[in-house]
Amino acid sequence: MSVLQRDPRDRVQVLDEDGSVVGEVPDVDDETLLSIYREMKLARHFDTRAVSLQRQGRMGTYPPLSGQEGAQVASAHALDEEDWLFPSYREHGALHVRGFPLDRILLYWMGTEQGNEAPPDVNTFPVAVPIATQTLHAVGAAWASKLKAGEEAFIVYFGDGGTSEGDTHEAMNFAGVFDTPTVFFCNNNQWAISVPRERQTRSETIAQKANAYGFQGVQVDGMDPLAVYQVTRAAVEKAKADDSGELRPTLIEAVQYRFGAHTTADDPTVYRDSDEVEKWKRKDPIPRLETFLRDTGRLDDDRVDEIESEVQETVADAIQTAESTPRPDPDEMFEHVFAERTPDLDAQYESFAALREEFGDDAFLHR
Amino acid sequence: MSTQQTQNLTLVQAVRDGLHTEMQRDEDVIVLGEDVGKNGGVFRATEGLYDEFGGDRVVDTPLAESGIVGTAVGMAAYGLKPVPEIQFSGFMYPAFDQIVSHAARLRTRSRGRYTCPMVIRAPYGGGIRAPEHHSESKEAFYAHEAGLKVVIPSTPYDTKGLLISAIRDPDPVVFLEPKLIYRAFRGDVPEGEYTVPIGEAEVRREGTDVSVFVYGAMTPRTLEAAENLTEEGIDCEVVDLRTVSPLDRDAIVDSFKKTGRACVVHEAPRSGGMAGEITATIQERALYYQEAPVVRVTGYDVPYPLYALEDYYLPSVARIEDGIREAAEFR
Repeated sequence: MSVLQRDPRDRVQVLDEDGSVVGEVPDVDDETLLSIYREMKLARHFDTRAVSLQRQGRMGTYPPLSGQEGAQVASAHALDEEDWLFPSYREHGALHVRGFPLDRILLYWMGTEQGNEAPPDVNTFPVAVPIATQTLHAVGAAWASKLKAGEEAFIVYFGDGGTSEGDTHEAMNFAGVFDTPTVFFCNNNQWAISVPRERQTRSETIAQKANAYGFQGVQVDGMDPLAVYQVTRAAVEKAKADDSGELRPTLIEAVQYRFGAHTTADDPTVYRDSDEVEKWKRKDPIPRLETFLRDTGRLDDDRVDEIESEVQETVADAIQTAESTPRPDPDEMFEHVFAERTPDLDAQYESFAALREEFGDDAFLHR
Repeated sequence: MSTQQTQNLTLVQAVRDGLHTEMQRDEDVIVLGEDVGKNGGVFRATEGLYDEFGGDRVVDTPLAESGIVGTAVGMAAYGLKPVPEIQFSGFMYPAFDQIVSHAARLRTRSRGRYTCPMVIRAPYGGGIRAPEHHSESKEAFYAHEAGLKVVIPSTPYDTKGLLISAIRDPDPVVFLEPKLIYRAFRGDVPEGEYTVPIGEAEVRREGTDVSVFVYGAMTPRTLEAAENLTEEGIDCEVVDLRTVSPLDRDAIVDSFKKTGRACVVHEAPRSGGMAGEITATIQERALYYQEAPVVRVTGYDVPYPLYALEDYYLPSVARIEDGIREAAEFR
């Protein structure tokens, strides 16, 4: 029986809080397991450094991901090469797993649009700052793929707050009606800025909302990377199998916690108890997987140290690359608005260029 | 093309003919919306397309405007050319976020990695005794948004040619159809494919005394007003803008330099409307030619009234004449 065919209240778990095996370990090769571990460590370290960069004034507002590494990294690992990923604004870890460079993620939050550009071979969409709008893009692209006989799956990430938005419901409704190969991945991190999950919906679970749209919904321990990998892989495989007898879309509710603030502009101590934070920190996905990997002989102190220094080096390199990337040429504002500049835009560009030529960039900079 | 046959079509039939022509030519073109399939659209703009192209290319969607436009964003990014229909422009607001936050910005945000070639079609405007929320004329919202083009035809010929241009355009186009004149008259429309360029105005009537700038459903009544005024010795030049964004500013300035007087006619509310933009263009580029203040004949800054009062809201031939007279007689 598929792991997706269960009561939405029956949360999937493979590792308990101590990293002991309590469920069925998914069929994952060692290389992937170690890669999940490494990418989670990387995401955690990246996050710590990004918050620090913001505090030092070297980066703008940034949305931290700590606590959500298990859900992001393991779900992205469950995708095949050709699959597409539609992020919210917090999916730095998932994006990186798919090959989106860390330095570009930093550039985006440093206020440079080129940080939104996916490399040509990476099927990831730009991050969505409006809440849940990206759910429809994922369904539309999945629908187009189905019409063109493509064979990809399309995963879209959104938060528990996002389930309150109309777009999420329109997206799940369209996905059901048109049977699109979409995986809806809800990062239920308990808080939409300061408003708790209980004030987003009176449903007992978010997963059960899938019932209303005719497809399967499953709740998973989002801080258990093995469980996340297992359900996401099952959802991806079902999305691609039009003969499974089930509708292709799946709603995954990954129950987890955002350890830090919503963004660096937010102070969670105003609305959250420290007891609550401590309770959830005991479920941290990184030590859980590390314990499992050590217990099963896949990891030892030497390898852990090695990974630790690799991760630090990778993040340091990304920061170095981002900070040494020249600021965008101001002309770029006028590029990519349309395929070809309209006469109005051309005239505005000419006037902009003439001002720069005459007075230099000082004419624009208000100090 | 010289042997091209023509048909005598209404404006809404020209919409249908334009869609049909492009769907035949390009299998990536897909029409989606509420009632566009079997029913052929509430105004019959998609009549027969479902039978010819099937339910995968002429898609009856669930009733959800944000869903229709939002999924079209994803489709366009993947490589299709979606033509979503919103049943009435007054129902576009649930999709507004998807149009302005995503369709208009996808090219910029992804630095060209993804683009959003789609045509959002909607009948717009009043005068057909429709219920509340069915008569709005809010082209200025979309013209204000960078990354969108906004087209409003006024003849069957232009409708087909502009719609084909819009579908082939690599960027998102809001295509507003003047439903007041969907069936008011017929015009010659060539069979097969031809295009009318987006962003070019057309002089509908040459004249020397006053330039009248207009588009969409107000065009026929403006032409009527211009004819009537010849009896008073006022010779109007009527310029149909056809595209409100990008505006054909050269055409506006050229005409104004000839006459030195202008009247702008649109049914949208006055404040923040296109007439202000047209007036500013004249101020910026032809001030020394100006012999009279620019006169605006527009809808009022009131919510669109229920139909018992809509005749008082919409510019009538008499109001248009009065506005033109004001521009002509200023000394």
